[in-house]
Amino acid sequence: MYSLSVIVRTICDVFAWFLAVFGVYVIIHGHLTPGGGFQGGAVVATLFAFLLVAYGGKKFIPFYKSSLFSWFETVGLLLFIGTGLVGLGTTFFYNFLAGQGGLFGSTVPIGPNSGVLNSSGTIALMNMAVGVEVIGGLSLILYYMFKGIRLYEESGSEETGHDR
Amino acid sequence: MIGNLPYLVVGIIFLLGLYAVLFEKNLIKIAIGVSLIEASANLLLIVLGYRTGGSIPVFTLAGKVGKMVLPVPQALTLTAIVIGLATSALMLSLIMMLYKHYGTLDVREIRRLRG
Amino acid sequence: MKRQVLFLVALIIVVGTLWGGLSRIHQFGDPGAAPMDDYYLHNAQAERSANNIVTSIVFDYRGFDTLGEAAVLFTAVCSVLVVFRKGGHN
Repeated sequence: MYSLSVIVRTICDVFAWFLAVFGVYVIIHGHLTPGGGFQGGAVVATLFAFLLVAYGGKKFIPFYKSSLFSWFETVGLLLFIGTGLVGLGTTFFYNFLAGQGGLFGSTVPIGPNSGVLNSSGTIALMNMAVGVEVIGGLSLILYYMFKGIRLYEESGSEETGHDR
Repeated sequence: MIGNLPYLVVGIIFLLGLYAVLFEKNLIKIAIGVSLIEASANLLLIVLGYRTGGSIPVFTLAGKVGKMVLPVPQALTLTAIVIGLATSALMLSLIMMLYKHYGTLDVREIRRLRG
Repeated sequence: MKRQVLFLVALIIVVGTLWGGLSRIHQFGDPGAAPMDDYYLHNAQAERSANNIVTSIVFDYRGFDTLGEAAVLFTAVCSVLVVFRKGGHN
């Protein structure tokens, strides 16, 4: 897969940052606006698909640090489970931060309001953990599937068949 | 009757997906059929929880609060979408490996080449 | 010939059960009384202090479901890695 023209690459350079910022916004405002960890993570993972289409695999594969993103995935899942385990004094997944003051502990007015970012307790933490996990997971799926195509292209000249 | 059109749409999408799974010969089209069945299940969940004139269950800048649609089917649909994405990724990876192994995507050919 | 008759019978059974199931659901736009959903809509802001009710269900009231979902995503990534691992498939 070769890189596309300079117009596409320039547009990609400009809009990739907007995609990243929008994805992070969706993740950290998950308890206020429609969206959340999964959706924001999918938006950020779209950024990597964008880079892969615009620049081609020859520049994307050295750019993409797969070990870093598998760390993202592992750390995201462990943070999610750990946040659930901290509430184990009452029950698993107990929201021990909501309404206590402090980190994510503000109370919100009942009914329609304009939103308090520092609210909702562990929900915001879990949004971030799941967002980090989904960023790692989806971009790793993309990366490995693209490397699978390259694996086919490299061995394409050989004889293929079921008896190989 | 015309008010119940969404249920009819769910049934039609399900039957299209079932047709693709049963009668298509290309593995990619079978994967598309499985995704269509998933989409029909998600649409059925969303349609079940809709209230006429209801707004989304989010209070941020909601304006005048009236009825809201049921939130639990939406939460379960969110779960189902992510699981569908995971199964789609795995399905397409296995199809790529089948193509690399057999050199074709036709299910009849793959069945014929079974050794 | 026999296969086609069998297929027609199977098609009639599938479409009939689908039609019978879908036509017995409540009217579109009127799910009736939903006490659990109304409890979430009225009390989730006071109990969990989150404006987005769907997120407070996904990550708090039913966090255990989400744990399974995250585990499924992790497993999918691991299995894609196993399918495309170096050294081929033979």
